[in-house]
Amino acid sequence: MNEIWVHILIIVCVLLGTVTIAAGLIYVERKMLAVWQQRLGPNRVGPFGILQVVADMIKIFFKEDWIPSFVDKKVFIIAPTIIMLSILMSFSIVPFAPGWVVADMNVGLLFFLAMSSLGAYTIILAGWASNNKYSLLGGVRGAAQMISYEVFMGLSLMGVVLQAGSFNLTEIVNAQKGMWFVIPQFVGFVIFLIAGVAETHRLPFDLPEAESELVAGYHSEYSGMKFGMFFVGEYLGITLVSSLITVLFFGGWLGPSFLPPIIWFLVKMFAFILFFILLRATLPRPRYDQLMSYGWKLLLPLALLNVLVTGAIVLSTN
Amino acid sequence: MPGYDDIGEKIKIRFPEALLYEQPTRDEFPTFWISKDYIVPVLGFLKNEAGLQFKFLYDLTAIDEQARTNRQGQPESRFTIVYHLLSFSGNRFLRLKVGLTEEQPSIPTITTVWSSANWYEREVYDMFGVNFEGHPHLSRILMPRYWEGHPLQKQHPARATEMGQFKLPEAQMLEQQDILQFKPEEWGLSAHSKDNEDFMFLNLGPQHPGTHGILRLILQMDGESIVNIVPDIGFHHRGAEKMGERQSWHTYIPYTDRVEYLSGVLNNLPYVMAVEKMGGIDIPDRAKVIRIMLGELFRISSHLVWYGTFAQDLGMMTPVFLTFYDREKLFGIIEAICGDRMHPNWFRIGGVAQDLPEGWEELVRDFVKYLPPRLKEYDKMVMKNRIFKARTVGIGVYNTEEAIDWGVTGPGLRATGLEWDFRKKQPYSGYDQFEFEVPVAANGDCYDRAWIHVEEMRQSIRIIEQCLNNMPAGDYKSHHPLTTPADKKRTMYDIETLINHFVNVTWGPVIPANEGFCCVESSKGNNGYYLVSDGSTTSYRTRIRTPSFPHVQFVPHYSKGYTIADLMAILGSVDFVLSDIDR
Repeated sequence: MNEIWVHILIIVCVLLGTVTIAAGLIYVERKMLAVWQQRLGPNRVGPFGILQVVADMIKIFFKEDWIPSFVDKKVFIIAPTIIMLSILMSFSIVPFAPGWVVADMNVGLLFFLAMSSLGAYTIILAGWASNNKYSLLGGVRGAAQMISYEVFMGLSLMGVVLQAGSFNLTEIVNAQKGMWFVIPQFVGFVIFLIAGVAETHRLPFDLPEAESELVAGYHSEYSGMKFGMFFVGEYLGITLVSSLITVLFFGGWLGPSFLPPIIWFLVKMFAFILFFILLRATLPRPRYDQLMSYGWKLLLPLALLNVLVTGAIVLSTN
Repeated sequence: MPGYDDIGEKIKIRFPEALLYEQPTRDEFPTFWISKDYIVPVLGFLKNEAGLQFKFLYDLTAIDEQARTNRQGQPESRFTIVYHLLSFSGNRFLRLKVGLTEEQPSIPTITTVWSSANWYEREVYDMFGVNFEGHPHLSRILMPRYWEGHPLQKQHPARATEMGQFKLPEAQMLEQQDILQFKPEEWGLSAHSKDNEDFMFLNLGPQHPGTHGILRLILQMDGESIVNIVPDIGFHHRGAEKMGERQSWHTYIPYTDRVEYLSGVLNNLPYVMAVEKMGGIDIPDRAKVIRIMLGELFRISSHLVWYGTFAQDLGMMTPVFLTFYDREKLFGIIEAICGDRMHPNWFRIGGVAQDLPEGWEELVRDFVKYLPPRLKEYDKMVMKNRIFKARTVGIGVYNTEEAIDWGVTGPGLRATGLEWDFRKKQPYSGYDQFEFEVPVAANGDCYDRAWIHVEEMRQSIRIIEQCLNNMPAGDYKSHHPLTTPADKKRTMYDIETLINHFVNVTWGPVIPANEGFCCVESSKGNNGYYLVSDGSTTSYRTRIRTPSFPHVQFVPHYSKGYTIADLMAILGSVDFVLSDIDR
């Protein structure tokens, strides 16, 4: 009985924690971008503008939830929920600290890959249902981009799986006690990082919504809370990819014992989140075909080579 | 230069009946009246004759002559079509005029000689109702298609109050909306490809984050690649030329500021210089140097906006904030000198409005020190970025010949390898006294156009530094009676100046009947004013030749086959402003 309560507590904590972090990132991103762009950023609401998040949320909740007359109504409504669902489901396999995991599955990593594939539906469906040429172009771009980058994302992780001998994330973390996987699996790390940015479709890989070309791409027609779901979904995606990088390559909660494990985890995760924001502040956007050929012609062979070499080494040392 | 002094003779030998009259003008451009029947062959001759090589159609416009009183021996005419040509090899301008006497005027098109004539002729049709026989698509370009009348005809009202109450019943609204709908067949575009697949027609604009203003481009697309583009302009049309006929010579200056609203005084300059040419006013050196310094500051300001927004078009977030920060600093100087920021309205007929304020040297010196390290930083961030290069190198390429055929000037022309800067070639306002280089590239792609803009900012800094170190002492205004307003201090000692001051600020100056033209190298290309005076306090005809108009006309020609993302890079690199296209 007690165990169930603990479990429910963990679920609630993870759910609330991740959503709060994702919402908080709105502020963090705006403030950090401002610092890098010689501006002040949000500073009106509350001390240092911290309550900006609350103001943004209130605004999104109370905006008129308008559905244009020309859209495919059912699909239009379902599309934004998929991204929230699939990403929140993915969080269930992330071990934040020893024992702090919602579902300690032994196919954890595969479950994450499956969920992130589902995320592609959001963009395709939203783009299609909007009945708008810009949205359609965004949707088509998004579909191609996410499906391609998923291939190398999966492959880049296989090196980690081979070294740890498991798909279970807790075991992967425990296997890094001697050395973080970022050192032997550096190539895998870089590919996963790039694929992660592409999966969350943020700058420089924000082609499905490329503002200067497609207005707002697949979510041009969305407003109110439905847009809010895309918005928060994007930040949830960053949080997820950052925590997975932490777990898979940077030893998860492992660290010197002067800080508790969960703090170590959060420190590493936030470092990557900031890195994502910095990327957005720095890089221009490649063209669609450049992005695709970069993926298929460079990242895919590299990922395959990585699997091959790691496999050979693991085989010979055993 | 030999061979250019007897153009009239050459035309006479070749076409004995073509030349009707040689008109003397204040700007001392050779001006010939040509018979309507000969205009196309004469233009072809001037373009291709070995010793002349007038390769560039600089401008094409018209004058409605019905209210003119001082014709000064010009041939009979109801509408006069004016062609401005430029010869690069001879480095000089030539003006041809054709008089049309009918009430329903008509003249053969010259689109067969110059591609750039297409939009110019449409504009003349739109504004004057002149028919161009054989034009590929003669329709309204600036005014909406349902407009009645031709605005630059003298009988067309200039104010809304003269036009009666505005009413828009629903039926009429629906009809007008229907006219605005794009119909591909009208433009000769097919809705299906050869394999019977449907093309997509994407309406880019008038409200779109990538077009920098209310420009509408209709893209015929096959997947993501562009098959054809039809630009639809005129959303920003404010009738600047018509207002020139209503405002006095003096009160028109603020309107010029807004023609290309990023370059401020660079718009004042050609206007006041053209008026000064007509009035025969000499400018004191101090005023000249002040004009150059402010002009170069505005060139930097305009280029900074371009830099940031171009990077943003390619998906870079940060540069736009950084360059706008620099621009704010620059506006600080402009504000200290002129009192206004974007539209300083600072140049006057005969000089500048006031002397430089105390302490201006400090401000300018600080900025001259401040900007170069920042530009270096942007080089690292933008110009050397690999993704930026991948997006711009080899994209939107055209060569010098095409550029000239389509009327391209400024950075877009220099990017193709032709070293042509009016500040060097036809120095005005004392530019010949300054040391600077003209950056020239070779490939004519987006990257080269960007590189030229960046280098130009460095050269402008050099010029400003020279202004700073060598600012001449003396008057900031001429003592000529047409100077407006006359020097206030002297009015208290000198009855002549007092009278001039009184007349010029109440009526406005009366410019002798004649015509004058002046052009400058503005931030986006060549900006020129062609003014016709009928000997009164207002201009009879004000023609503003802006660089963006032909530049945007040229875009569809070299954008075919690229994707939307490339089109954004191309539009950004062209560096146009909508107000500069539509006027």
